Amino acid sequence: MGIRIALAGNPNCGKTTLFNALTGSNQFVGNWPGVTVEYKEGKYKGNKEVTIVDLPGIYSLSPYTLEEVVSRNYLIDEKPEAIINVIDGTNLERNLYLTTQVVELGIPVVIAINMMDVVEKNGDKINTKKLSEEIGVPVIEISALKNRGLKEIVDAAVKAGKEANAQSPKHRFNGSVEHALAHIEELCLHNINDENVQRWYSIKLFERDEKIQEKLGLSSDVIQHIENDIASCEKELDDDAESIITGERYNYIGTIIDGCVKKAKKGMTTSDKIDQVVTNRFLALPIFAVVMFLVYYVSVTTIGGWATDWANDGVFGDGWHLFAIGSADYNDAADEFTANQLIVDGYDLYVEENESEPTGDFEYPVEDEETAAVEYETASLEDYAEAKAYVESNEEPDPAEYGVWIPGIPVFVEAGLDAIGCNDVVKGLILDGIVAGVGAVLGFVPQILVLFIFLAFLEACGYMARVAFIMDRIFRKFGLSGKSFIPMLIGTGCGIPGIMASRTIENDRDRKMTIMTTTFIPCGAKLPFIAMVAGAIFGGAAWVAPSAYFLGIFAIIVSGIMLKKTKLFAGDPAPFVMELPAYHWPTLGNVLRSMWERGWSFIKKAGTIILLSTIVVWFCTFFGFVDGAFTMLEEDQIDCSILAGIGKALAWIFIPLGFGDWEATVASITGLVAKENIVGTLAIIYGASGDVYETMRAAFTNASGFAFLAFNLLCAPCFAAMGAIKREMNNTKWFWTAIGYQCGFAWVIGLIVYQVGSLILAGQFGIGTIFGFAAIAVLVYGLVRKDKYNN
Amino acid sequence: MTLRDVQVGQSAKVTKISGEGAVKRRIMDMGITKGVEVYVRKIAPLGDPVEITVRGYELSVRKADAEMIICE
Repeated sequence: MGIRIALAGNPNCGKTTLFNALTGSNQFVGNWPGVTVEYKEGKYKGNKEVTIVDLPGIYSLSPYTLEEVVSRNYLIDEKPEAIINVIDGTNLERNLYLTTQVVELGIPVVIAINMMDVVEKNGDKINTKKLSEEIGVPVIEISALKNRGLKEIVDAAVKAGKEANAQSPKHRFNGSVEHALAHIEELCLHNINDENVQRWYSIKLFERDEKIQEKLGLSSDVIQHIENDIASCEKELDDDAESIITGERYNYIGTIIDGCVKKAKKGMTTSDKIDQVVTNRFLALPIFAVVMFLVYYVSVTTIGGWATDWANDGVFGDGWHLFAIGSADYNDAADEFTANQLIVDGYDLYVEENESEPTGDFEYPVEDEETAAVEYETASLEDYAEAKAYVESNEEPDPAEYGVWIPGIPVFVEAGLDAIGCNDVVKGLILDGIVAGVGAVLGFVPQILVLFIFLAFLEACGYMARVAFIMDRIFRKFGLSGKSFIPMLIGTGCGIPGIMASRTIENDRDRKMTIMTTTFIPCGAKLPFIAMVAGAIFGGAAWVAPSAYFLGIFAIIVSGIMLKKTKLFAGDPAPFVMELPAYHWPTLGNVLRSMWERGWSFIKKAGTIILLSTIVVWFCTFFGFVDGAFTMLEEDQIDCSILAGIGKALAWIFIPLGFGDWEATVASITGLVAKENIVGTLAIIYGASGDVYETMRAAFTNASGFAFLAFNLLCAPCFAAMGAIKREMNNTKWFWTAIGYQCGFAWVIGLIVYQVGSLILAGQFGIGTIFGFAAIAVLVYGLVRKDKYNN
Repeated sequence: MTLRDVQVGQSAKVTKISGEGAVKRRIMDMGITKGVEVYVRKIAPLGDPVEITVRGYELSVRKADAEMIICE
C-alpha cells in the first residue's frame, strides 16, 4: 500500500530543500485547484511506495491566508498517512507554534529539526529527546542541505504512518478554555469518531473560525450556543478567544524551550552584519538601485536580451552563427553591401520617376526596418559609380561564409516543405501559423530562464524580502506590494517575464493587481510603434516616447487606486507582517530547479493559448475574398483579408477615439500577436499608396494619433503576455477580468485623449466631448470615492 | 503606548493586541502575543515599515499595524 507523507513547515525552514533532497527528479509541480498556490508532489527516492507532498510554507493554520487554508483543507480532507513537520532549528520558538496546531489534526506527526549544522556551528544545544517527550512525537535532527538524517526522518514517518496511531496532543489550555472546548465537543462534534479530530474542530470553533462553521454546516442555534460558551470564557480571561488560544500556545512553547534549548551567548551573526549594511538608512537605496540595475542589465539588456534575439531571430528566424563567431564580420559586410545597394536602387528609382538620369547629386530613400520611417540621403554621381562597381563586383554576403551558420527552424522547415512539393496553403499554415506560434512561445523562454535564475537567487538568499521592506511604502498606496517593483522594472523590457516575476509576491491580491497592471509599462516591442507614431504623426517630437512611460506609470497608479476600492479586491486588508529571513547562500541545485520549474510552467500553461491565437490571426490575415472567391492572399492584399473584414466590422468601436477606420483597427489586432507587428501592418496598409509616414499623417490628427498610441499601449498585451497572465492567474474568470479591464481602461483613456485633445487643439466640441469629460469624472470618482469594502 | 511610539534601538513589552480579523491574527501568529518582549531594530529607508526583533527573529511591520500593538 502506498503511503503519503505531507511536509508542513514555516516559510524559509528549508522545506523545499528537503523535498528536493527526498524526491530528486521524481517531481510533479502544479497548482492547487483553482488557486495560484503551488502544488508539489514527488516519489521518495528510497521507496517508490512513498509519496511526498510539499505543502505551502505557512506559519499557522488560520483561515485567513490562501496558503493556510489550502494546507489545512488538504490535511483534514485528504488525511495523508503521516506529516513531517519541518522546523528551523535556529528559530525553534516560532516554528513550534505551527507544530502545536499540526499535532492536533489526528494525523501521526514526526518532527524534523532542520539546519542542525547551523545550530551546531552557533554552539546552541537542543535536547531532542526531551523535546520529543514534551510534545509526544518523534523528533529527528536533520540537515537537508548536508543530506543528514534524511533516511531516518522518512523511516520514522513511514513507521508512524503504518502504525496509524496518531499522538494525542499533550498541550492543555487554561481550565476555563478546556471547559468551553469540552462543551463544544459535546454539543456538535460527537458524531466525529476520532477524539483528536474532535479536539481540532472544537478549538477552531472556539476561535470562531467561519470556514469551519461552514464546513460542519452548523445551524445558527448551535453557533449561538457555542458563542455563549466562548463569551463567558472571554469574560473570565479578559481577552478575546483568538488571543487566548494564540497566547497560550506561545506560553506553552516558552516552557518547552526553556527546558530543551541552551543557546550559546553570541554577538551579531553574519546575517545581522550583512543586514546592517544592506538595509542601512543611507546605503539601502543605493544598494537596491545597484541590485535592480544588475537584474535589469543582465536579464533584459545583455544576456537575457541576447537570448531572446537568438531565440526569435536565430532559432525561429533566418539562422545564427554558432557561438556568434563571424556574426560581427558578416553584419559589417552585409551593412556595407546594403548601403551600396541602396544607392544603386535609389539611382534606378530616380531614373524611373524622372525618366532621365540624374545630372548631379540625387536623393535616395533609406527605410528603417523597425519603425518603417523613411529618410532621404544625398548621393553624388561619384558615390553612385562607386556603389555600382561594389555591387557588381561583390555578391550579397552569405552568412555561411563567415562562421558555422545554423539555419533557423523556419528555414529548415521551408526547405523540407519545398522538397516534398507542399502546396502554399499548407506551407503557410505550417510556417507562418504553427512554426511562428511555437516560436512565440519558445522565443521568450531563454529570457525567462535568465530572469528566474536571478529571482530564485534573490528569494533564496533573503534579499527579496528586503526589496518588499524597502519599496513597501510607495507601492502599497496603489494596492501593490513592494515586490511589485521587480515585475514592473522587468516589464519595461518584456511583459512576459515581468508577469512571471509576480510569482514572488505572496499576497494573492497584491499579485493579481500586479499581473493586471504590469503590462501598462511600455515593453521593448512597443518602442518601434511609439517611434513610428512620434515620427509619422508628431514630426519626430521628442516628448512622445517619455510620455508613453508616464502614461504607463499613470495607468498603474490610477488602476491600483481604483481597483483597490472595487468589489474585486474587497475583503480584509492584507496584513503586511513579513518575516525578514536570515541571509544565506542558496544552493545551485535549488536555484536551477526553481528556474526550470517556472520556465516549464510557462511553456505548458501559456503555450496553448499563444499557439492557437497566433494561428487564428495568421489565418484571418492571409485568407479572404478576392473578386468573390475565397483564396489565400499575398501580404499586400491585406485589405481583402478576413482580418480587414473584422476590422471594418469593429472599427465603429474606435470612432469616439478618433481612429474608427479599419486600417487602425486591423493594426491593433495584429499587435496582439506581437506589438511590433503594428508597425509592419501599418507599413503594408499605408505603404500601398505611397509614403507610409505621409499617408499615416494624413489619416490621423494629433489628438486621434495620440489616442491611437495610448490605446495600443494600454490595451491587452500580446498573446504571449496574455498566456503568461492566464498562467499566473490560474483562473479563467480572473484572466478575462484582467484582459477586459486593460482593454476597457485603454478605451476610456483613448476617449479622453481624443475628445479633450480635439477640444483644446482644434476647438472641436460635440456630444463626444461631453462623454470625454464624463469619463474623466468617472475616473476621478473612482479615485476619490470612499472605500466601502476595506476600512 | 503602542509599538509605533517605541524608538529605534528600544525594547518594549507587549500588553495587548487591539483590533480584529486577519491582521490581528497574523500579528499574533508571528509571535507577538501578550507578554513578549519586542525590540525595534530599524526603520525602512523611506520611513515605513519598521523592522523588529521578536522571539529571536526579524519581522517587518507597517507603522499603521504597529499601532495595534499596545506596549509598556
